[in-house]
Amino acid sequence: MAQRNVVIASSVGLHARPASLFVRAAARQPVKVTIAKVGSDPVDARSILSVLALDARNGDEVVLSAEGEGDEQSLVELAALLERDLDAEP
Amino acid sequence: MTVTSTQLVGIGVSPGIASGPVQWLAPAPTVPVDLAPSGDPQAESRVAVAAVVATADELDVSSAALTGPAADVLAAQAMMARDPVLGDRITALTAEGKAAAVAVAQAFDEFREQLAAAGPYMAERAADLEDIRNRAVARLLGVPMPGVPDPGYPFVLLAGDLAPADTVSLDPTHVLAIVTEHGGPTSHTAIISKSLGLPAVVGCAGIRGLPAGTTVMVDGAEGLVVVDPDEALVGQRLARLAARRSAITGVSGPGRTADGTAVQLLINLGRERNLGVVAAADAEGVGLYRTEFLFLERHDAPSVEEQRVAYAEVFHTFAGRKVVVRTLDAGADKPLGFVTQPDEPNPALGVRGLRTSRLFPDLLDGQLRAIARAAAGSGADVWVMAPMVSTAAEAAGFAAQAHSHGLPVAGAMVEVPAAALQAPAVAAACDFLSLGTNDLAQYTFAADRMAGELAELLDPWQPALLELIRITAHAGRATGRPVGVCGEAASDPLLALVLVGFGVTSLSMAPTSLPEVRLALSQHSLAECQALAAMALRAPDGRAGREAVRAASTKV
Repeated sequence: MAQRNVVIASSVGLHARPASLFVRAAARQPVKVTIAKVGSDPVDARSILSVLALDARNGDEVVLSAEGEGDEQSLVELAALLERDLDAEP
Repeated sequence: MTVTSTQLVGIGVSPGIASGPVQWLAPAPTVPVDLAPSGDPQAESRVAVAAVVATADELDVSSAALTGPAADVLAAQAMMARDPVLGDRITALTAEGKAAAVAVAQAFDEFREQLAAAGPYMAERAADLEDIRNRAVARLLGVPMPGVPDPGYPFVLLAGDLAPADTVSLDPTHVLAIVTEHGGPTSHTAIISKSLGLPAVVGCAGIRGLPAGTTVMVDGAEGLVVVDPDEALVGQRLARLAARRSAITGVSGPGRTADGTAVQLLINLGRERNLGVVAAADAEGVGLYRTEFLFLERHDAPSVEEQRVAYAEVFHTFAGRKVVVRTLDAGADKPLGFVTQPDEPNPALGVRGLRTSRLFPDLLDGQLRAIARAAAGSGADVWVMAPMVSTAAEAAGFAAQAHSHGLPVAGAMVEVPAAALQAPAVAAACDFLSLGTNDLAQYTFAADRMAGELAELLDPWQPALLELIRITAHAGRATGRPVGVCGEAASDPLLALVLVGFGVTSLSMAPTSLPEVRLALSQHSLAECQALAAMALRAPDGRAGREAVRAASTKV
């Protein structure tokens, strides 16, 4: 199983547009990916409602996990997304 | 008028006359508690999921027809409807033997509660989810879609009250006018109808139970709804309106009374999708530039540079004109996560407006710095004002701080009765005053501005409110300070005459309200305005004052 810790870079947190972009990217992955705030239960990264309910804010650390063929590559891609300030981009 | 007509009285919030059959805003569907499932969980699951998918498809179609933020909102809603975890939960509930509609309603409610529990930032998303739920459930129950109906002909829309979400499906080419049972002059309905230019009456409890298809005439200026109106009456009112419309096209430019007294006509501005359109309004500038939108839905304050860029865009657009910037007015109905104190027992009376700078001095300082930087070289005449000033000392402190940033004109908003009562001292302590009549009415009458049941107390014609305005305007005259009005009161052409009669020097309003106010001013001398003001002040209540002034001013 692959795991990766990321700090949310988006100024508005993992809400609104950044959350949509992240969930869409997660849905494109060949493996099921989960996301959790440190110390909380992981949720399905393809679920916009679950991701929003995490209420992950700018500067919060989250844990991405996946298991299966291509899991490492999926996490690299999703982590890179979270490390950008998605809200500042056009 | 025939004896069969019934007159219903409410509060006119957007002028204009319209006549036509009524249709009610369809309510949210209620799921019968004893709704029996078919006994085939797989079939129930299929039906339930299909209804949710169809709702998502519909949102995608609506989104594709739009551009900008409205399209994004609908696309985000469609994404929520397609949430795989939500779908799994619906299937699980049908497997437990629940009927499709019950399963959909319950699954959505569970997720909505989760979102609501995640904090105030999620309130809008929770409301979105509620909207999707209602659409999917209506589809399953075979009842009308909640929201604005589409009978295929123009109609007068009736509702308990309108929510911002209802406007998405509100087509101004099909809706002739809006009448609501609840709400006051500051309700969403008032703001929405004015921006769409539709006649509207709010707080009209008499419409309750009116059957769909009944013909009514709506007079949005007088706040009147006539059921089964006499055709001659409709014709007469429409003719009067047409005469007014043609008179309106005859006046333009800076506001003046008939005898030439200058009254600046300004517009209220917030987050604008199309600044160019707003800037094209025939106005002498911006009398109220709300800055809250920069701070909403965020976890921390925007940087000085981010603010500067936003302000500079507005200042450049209004180069050569005046722009009055209101510093951050957080708190009460506009909570901000990083400013508003949690658990205030009474937020309207809590740490809001200028008061927040006691706890967060850097926030105001940063904002003034950004405004000063944006103003430099923009060509606009930039003024700043602080909301919720209560004392002369607060006004002096704010003015000194603004001046230290190189902002030469700093004023105080008069929204708290204490500031109005001490207006001479408050005026002397800063450079100008601006009356925020919505909050001033709320605090004078101890009546929540969103409470539709108290609309009568919140009527800007209430003599007690007018007395505070009079005191403030007089203080401005005595100290040589301009006094503006930027609340809803300024957009009522009759009340505008009264305000000018008291000595108010500028009026700020929605751009659509400018032509009516400009025309009314051009038809009355200052002395006539003063006589009307005295009349309104002497009236026993708001309604009587409005009627007396209307009768005396045959031109409006």
